[in-house]
Amino acid sequence: MKRPRLLAIVFLGLVTLSSLLAGVLAPAPYAQQFRDVPDAASSRQHPLGTDDLGRDRLSRLLYGTRVSLLLAPAAALVTTILAAFIGGTAGYAGGWMEDLVMSGTDLFLSLPWLFLLITVRALLPLNVAPLTSVVITFALLGCLGWAGAARVVCADTHELCNSDFMLQARASGNAGIRLLVHHLLPNLKPVLFAQFWISIPVFILSETNLSILGLGVAEPLPSWGSLLRELESFSMLTAKPSQFAPLILLIATVSCFHLAMQREEA
Amino acid sequence: MSSLFRCATKTVILIFLGGLMGATLVRFAPGYGVTEEELDSRLNGESLRALRASHEPPRDLMRFYLQFGGKLLHGDLGFSSAMREPVSQLIAERFPETMKSIGFSVALGWAAGLSLAILSVTARSATVDLGTSLVATIALCTPAAVLALLCVIAQAPGRLVIAAIIFPKVFQYARNLLLRSAALPHVLAASARGIRASRIFLWHILPVAAPQLLAVAGITVSMAFTAAIPVEALCDIPGIGQLAWKAALARDLELLVMLTMIVTTVTLLANSTAELLGKVVVAGKA
Repeated sequence: MKRPRLLAIVFLGLVTLSSLLAGVLAPAPYAQQFRDVPDAASSRQHPLGTDDLGRDRLSRLLYGTRVSLLLAPAAALVTTILAAFIGGTAGYAGGWMEDLVMSGTDLFLSLPWLFLLITVRALLPLNVAPLTSVVITFALLGCLGWAGAARVVCADTHELCNSDFMLQARASGNAGIRLLVHHLLPNLKPVLFAQFWISIPVFILSETNLSILGLGVAEPLPSWGSLLRELESFSMLTAKPSQFAPLILLIATVSCFHLAMQREEA
Repeated sequence: MSSLFRCATKTVILIFLGGLMGATLVRFAPGYGVTEEELDSRLNGESLRALRASHEPPRDLMRFYLQFGGKLLHGDLGFSSAMREPVSQLIAERFPETMKSIGFSVALGWAAGLSLAILSVTARSATVDLGTSLVATIALCTPAAVLALLCVIAQAPGRLVIAAIIFPKVFQYARNLLLRSAALPHVLAASARGIRASRIFLWHILPVAAPQLLAVAGITVSMAFTAAIPVEALCDIPGIGQLAWKAALARDLELLVMLTMIVTTVTLLANSTAELLGKVVVAGKA
């Protein structure tokens, strides 16, 4: 294993662990307001300072990381399952079925991603409880992001179906579910895993974009996107380096995902 | 000629299907067919019934599709409840601004991405490769909305953000394609014969990668439209990206669906053109 990839995996592990331990590591609950010290600079009590509403930035960053880093893989899992089902069925059936499904996929792929997201998001209520907004945001990402992965899965399934070992399996009397479960799915696993891994950074960035635009995770629940909204009121006169902490963590995490998946893609 | 016909047919079918999907979304959107006039307390029951009857959409879905298609063909794209203006007028006002931004950004993103990719491949220096890859990775890992916010802070033009979103993708694809072409046996043979590096690049590496690079060109148009939403919304550029954002916040689905359909049409046309050009290049080489 190359050193950068190993370092990336260790970094991702540490970030995930610290977000899981947010309840222990965070100096205060994410929504608690310290009204006597709004917009405070870094101090021993508040290592990253406080935001405009007097909430501890470090606590919000830890809880926000938990939301973004745990739900993006959940959405990626939904996408991978959908892609496996849609792409796998099309590739396995072949013929007109494959053509039909792939045309639908083409249509889906030609819709610019953020236009599609905000159109479907606008169909659903915007004034919802914070927890519901998290579920809606990541469910949308999971349900709409399957098209690219389905295309790859379909092509791979098609190739596998025409491979020698599948022909031999068929000749040995394997058919239907048995062929699918024992021969096709185990060989599709690397592609599905790569698609799952590729989707995570895409969904993290999409959530950030949606939340900054006010269409993602609702206040007071933190996520990387909602934390970065703070930059909207950034002023050079009252600038604090700690305001950029979520951005640095986001870039570092997404870069680590890219570094870690280089091997998976290969 | 046959590939042009196939490409055109595919585009028309996809646009038609997209239109049907859009119409279905509009038809089943909550509140469709309800007007604010109904909230007027001065209206009596009979007036309300008359008002609802005048705005009631056809119950038969097929008739609704036909009515929707007929209106589209006559240039009636509907009325935006959020902006209180006809959709066609809103789009006519804002579309040129977005197209200008996208044209500039795609050109700049391609110029930067391709130049750095060529530099990275031809320089054969680990430092140059690491430097260019680092810049591209940071741009790739930063969300468009954050770049737009940073642009606002730095008082830089918002169009640069769209270019910054396109550049890393172009760089990565172009670098990989050019590296693969540079490793081909005939290129190695040309190098071994002592042919100049610039000549090898222009005559042996670039033509091999050109068709696939053209395919990426189509994708970058879609990426530019996607990036236009946060950029125009946060940098206050009056384009269709900002319009889509406002429509989403106001849940004006009629406007949003129309915008998505128009952007999809432009994207499909760009993709089809890139695909055709790629085929022309391949045919030319053959």
